[in-house]
Amino acid sequence: MASSVAPTRSRAKQRAGDRIFAGATRVAGVIILVALAGVAVFLTVEGFPAFGADSTALFGASSFVGFVWPLLFGTLLAAFLALLIATPLSLGVALVISHYAPRKLARPVGYAVDLLAAVPSVVYGLWGSAYFGTKLVPIYEWLEAHLGFLPFFKGPASATGRTILTAAIVLAIMAIPIITAITREVFLQTPKLHEEAALALGATRWEMIRMAVFPYARSGIVSAVMLGLGRALGETMAVAMVLSASGVITFNLISSTNPSTIAANIALQFPEATGLKVNALIASGLVLFVITFAVNFAARAIVARAEKAHQ
Amino acid sequence: MKRTSFRTVVAPAATLVAMSLALTACGAGNESGTSGSAAAKSDVKLSGTLNGAGSSAQEAAQGAWQSGFQSANPDVTVNYDPVGSGGGREQFLAGGVDFAGSDSYMDDEELAKSKDACNGDTAIEVPNYVSPIALVYNLEGVDNLQLSAKTAADIFSGKITKWNDPEITADNPDAKLPGDRIVPVHRSDESGTSANFTDWMSKAGEGAWTAEPDSVWPIKGGEGAQGTSGVIDAVTNGKGTIGYADDSQAGDLSTASIKVGDAWVAPSAEGAAKVLDISKRVDGRAENDMAMDIDRTTTEADAYPLLLASYLIACPTYKDKAKANLVKGYLSYIVSSDGQSAAAKTAGSAPLSSTLAEEAAAAVDKISAASS
Repeated sequence: MASSVAPTRSRAKQRAGDRIFAGATRVAGVIILVALAGVAVFLTVEGFPAFGADSTALFGASSFVGFVWPLLFGTLLAAFLALLIATPLSLGVALVISHYAPRKLARPVGYAVDLLAAVPSVVYGLWGSAYFGTKLVPIYEWLEAHLGFLPFFKGPASATGRTILTAAIVLAIMAIPIITAITREVFLQTPKLHEEAALALGATRWEMIRMAVFPYARSGIVSAVMLGLGRALGETMAVAMVLSASGVITFNLISSTNPSTIAANIALQFPEATGLKVNALIASGLVLFVITFAVNFAARAIVARAEKAHQ
Repeated sequence: MKRTSFRTVVAPAATLVAMSLALTACGAGNESGTSGSAAAKSDVKLSGTLNGAGSSAQEAAQGAWQSGFQSANPDVTVNYDPVGSGGGREQFLAGGVDFAGSDSYMDDEELAKSKDACNGDTAIEVPNYVSPIALVYNLEGVDNLQLSAKTAADIFSGKITKWNDPEITADNPDAKLPGDRIVPVHRSDESGTSANFTDWMSKAGEGAWTAEPDSVWPIKGGEGAQGTSGVIDAVTNGKGTIGYADDSQAGDLSTASIKVGDAWVAPSAEGAAKVLDISKRVDGRAENDMAMDIDRTTTEADAYPLLLASYLIACPTYKDKAKANLVKGYLSYIVSSDGQSAAAKTAGSAPLSSTLAEEAAAAVDKISAASS
């Protein structure tokens, strides 16, 4: 091994501290992989019996696909809506902090956003179900009355506001600090020379951001959104509390009959579940695990291709 | 230096802990002074650990019983894990716990299995926790709603959607019902309350409820909420909402009267206990098994057939004499009037009627050590 190392490195004396540090980082890296593999193995082994289970173990569904598909639909719908709301808002907040606001203002705003990330999800759940949802009821009624011709707002509007749209808004608020924190840092990394060059060529501030900041930050933005998506897909408590779940498949966003999400369904049904029902819930967790992976890989692949094309 | 600091810090702390323990023990003893008499009846001095698991509906009541029983028998530790009725039965049948709490009685398969856990005898079931379920609603200007089981079934299955539907007006000739939309709220988690509510609609609803009674809400539609508190919140925060929950948790919400025979009966502990009194025992059970099919269609005056009855499941014989005494002691305290009133105070349950309590006490009294 030592012979293959570049001569400059082999000449340097290997100190104990270096070796310990290198070992520690390696262990940290391996532990994360082992933990992930452990979760995957557990989900597969424990979830496997559920694939052939009958309807009593599958909460009334006739097959495993019939059980998990409405949940998966609800999970993806809620997460998609949440990101639809959170991404533009987060980018806006991050830009304000990094480029628009005076430094005196930018710092407190940054702190406030970071603070949002520290609020426990059960508090968001309480707030969403007991306060925020009820405040949205008039809006949902208005949407039903004026935009009821769209399938999304067909209604009947929920009387308690505990709809999938409310859940998605709460999820968006939970994802915003994550997306903002990362994109803010990435925006600040934009080389000053690029920015000044753009401005010198006569670009306005917005054009400068579009030409210099965004292209530079593209992969960072995607990473941030993916982390936000992870939170939205996996959030359990807040959704379980806010969402009035009925296990249907519908694009109707404002009625009280909504699809549930995988994570929320596990939280709701696990306490009283026994036998094969537990396996069914774990198997649904496996599906969520796989889907999260797939979405992440897809996003990475798209970014990698775009980067290549860009260069 | 180190030794002195250890002494000065730890020794007083330990004394403090010991003192506070002694104080709390005193306090608990004083509070439940009456309960001591019931549990103290057994002539053997009880000691050891008793493990139970099961129904989460019983959780609050079990807490009251634990503290009552432990303060009367300081050497005893009682643990109750509210894993859910199914989980409790499963653990009991596997021999993991000494007794189980369950919102439903065991089916034949489980009864057969119980022989393995109970030295060849079939397990016994004793009702210990009875709670009326109230139909809670939030409808402006209406404060004594009356609903028959059939109307309730039509509301919760989504057939009736407006509060001034002729079917509801027929039940409430004197009330001024608005034309608001009805929002039925059900439990989104699995629960014995749902099982009993759907069972009532199915049996008393004159065919209006077509789905199978189930602890998981069997219909897609309506508003779902997590736990009893979730249902209460949703009903409180919505308009034109109606839901079902333990009567003790109804709080400020109005509760509907249900139709029994030709009369309207409001939820009450006495009404629920009365129904259990007249309910028939399940056929083909052991002599001391008190499993009951709740009489949902009773026409008895003042009876309230929308209720949840929960059971204690235990073995008639235990291998170990000390364990048998312990189970017997704890279970007889639970079904005693002291135990029942402690649960009524803490959990808002309905105390067993004197006839039922006597029968239950007799059944529990037969628990003994295996004679082998």
